[in-house]
Amino acid sequence: MSTATYAGTEVTVNEEGFFTDPAAWTEAMAPEIADEAGIAELTDQHWQVIRHVRHEYTEKGSGPTVRALGKTSGVGVKQLYELFPKGPAKLAAKIAGIPKPRGCI
Amino acid sequence: MTKRIVILGGGTGGTVAANRLRRSLGGGAHITVVDRDDDHVYQPGLLFVPFGLADPEDLVRSRPRQLHDGIRYHRSDVERVEVDKELVHLHDGAVLPYDVLVIATGARLMPEETEGLTGEGWHETVHTFYDLDGAMALGSALTGFTEGRLVVNVVDLPIKCPVAPLEFCFLADWYLRERGVRDDVQLVYATPLDGAFTKPVAARTLSGLLTEKGIELVTEFTTGEVDGAGKRLVSYDGRELAFDLAVVVPPHGGASYVDRSPGLGDEFGFVPADPRTLRAKAHPNVFVIGDAAALPTSKAGSVTHFEGEVLARNIVSFLGGDELDGEFDGHTNCFIESGFGKALLIDFNYDTEPLPGHFPAPIGLPLLKESRLNHLGKLMFAWWYWHGLLPGRDIPGVSASMPHSGKHFPTTADT
Repeated sequence: MSTATYAGTEVTVNEEGFFTDPAAWTEAMAPEIADEAGIAELTDQHWQVIRHVRHEYTEKGSGPTVRALGKTSGVGVKQLYELFPKGPAKLAAKIAGIPKPRGCI
Repeated sequence: MTKRIVILGGGTGGTVAANRLRRSLGGGAHITVVDRDDDHVYQPGLLFVPFGLADPEDLVRSRPRQLHDGIRYHRSDVERVEVDKELVHLHDGAVLPYDVLVIATGARLMPEETEGLTGEGWHETVHTFYDLDGAMALGSALTGFTEGRLVVNVVDLPIKCPVAPLEFCFLADWYLRERGVRDDVQLVYATPLDGAFTKPVAARTLSGLLTEKGIELVTEFTTGEVDGAGKRLVSYDGRELAFDLAVVVPPHGGASYVDRSPGLGDEFGFVPADPRTLRAKAHPNVFVIGDAAALPTSKAGSVTHFEGEVLARNIVSFLGGDELDGEFDGHTNCFIESGFGKALLIDFNYDTEPLPGHFPAPIGLPLLKESRLNHLGKLMFAWWYWHGLLPGRDIPGVSASMPHSGKHFPTTADT
């Protein structure tokens, strides 16, 4: 565990940079987390996915997988990879301040 | 009044549920099992078919003949379920009212979801062993395969038996060595996960085995396209894997009627349920067992077996107006064939990842370690499946709950 500071607030993150306390996240932090991950600007479509990921986490207790995102976020898988090139499920979860999605077993 | 229990699916889960409920309720319930065909396939045996280690004919038996006397069998596809009206509509026009519904229709392969997968080369240079026809076709292709790149690829999870693709790699290594052509074949395992398995301790062991056997591991490979003509797999992030023979595990979904039944399933057609009671979220008198369920545990026969005990008890409680006991802990138990007459064993649940040690107690089968004893256990399981598991018997000394006593739990220094 370590800490990171986004939008002037210190938060706890795990060794891979995922929030350990999703309640500590605010929308103001997202652009800085995205920038660290190599996404210079968050477009409306990025936000559509990020808000969806937060909603799914609140409903189900885990962030969606890429395939689930493709079916439920309103953005297709190909485009998800254009928005979040290094892996949409993990990257969107990180920017949305939720834990790394559980891989299916 | 006699209660009506309708069970959709006559595979592992449906058969176990029906037989256990029949034994618990006797003539106090009319139990009807519905399935589209009469062929019950022993799915763990599919892994062995491509290597000539299992005869396809030995893997298939009659569905209705696995059911205890007094259980009705109705052969039809399911059209849809109306959970609010407590009715099942069948493809043959029949309508079945129920007091309790059990969803046990498993998972289906959806190769059409992956661009190009069923196109040029399907069942020629691009195969799957996750159904009987596919396993047999792959067997023919492997017989003539003596050199080149053999790529094993899981497109996405969840899948039935998530260790089977790894077992396929290990057995392919053995099979090619036995034939004296291993040095002429590059073996590659490509997975969408960031390791060989989801859980860290098991992932380290399995990854070590891949390295030991000279099998290349490609991680975070989410397949976007199978180009059969060009003999390459292309990931969504633009990486390419060339192959001469591809063994692909297609994406899975639940039965298609789930999509036609409002409020029953999730985006994949699996049925969300309480992970401890197995009661579906859709309605209080709907329960789910096995691969059809959207639960954070493996889609594996052992899970279904352990669920069966809890499910039957909970349905009896429900019919009696009692509280459900909510005891299912996600217990999973899998033999992993590693070739050369050996296998590993993993045992875990919702809260505990696969760990080393012994099962089911400090003296028992070795966990996360290759042994001949585990291989024999896997072979013996086929007999147990037909004669113990399906009839709804308990394994002596093994409970539905995961045992703790034989496991080596990690200390901080291990992690």
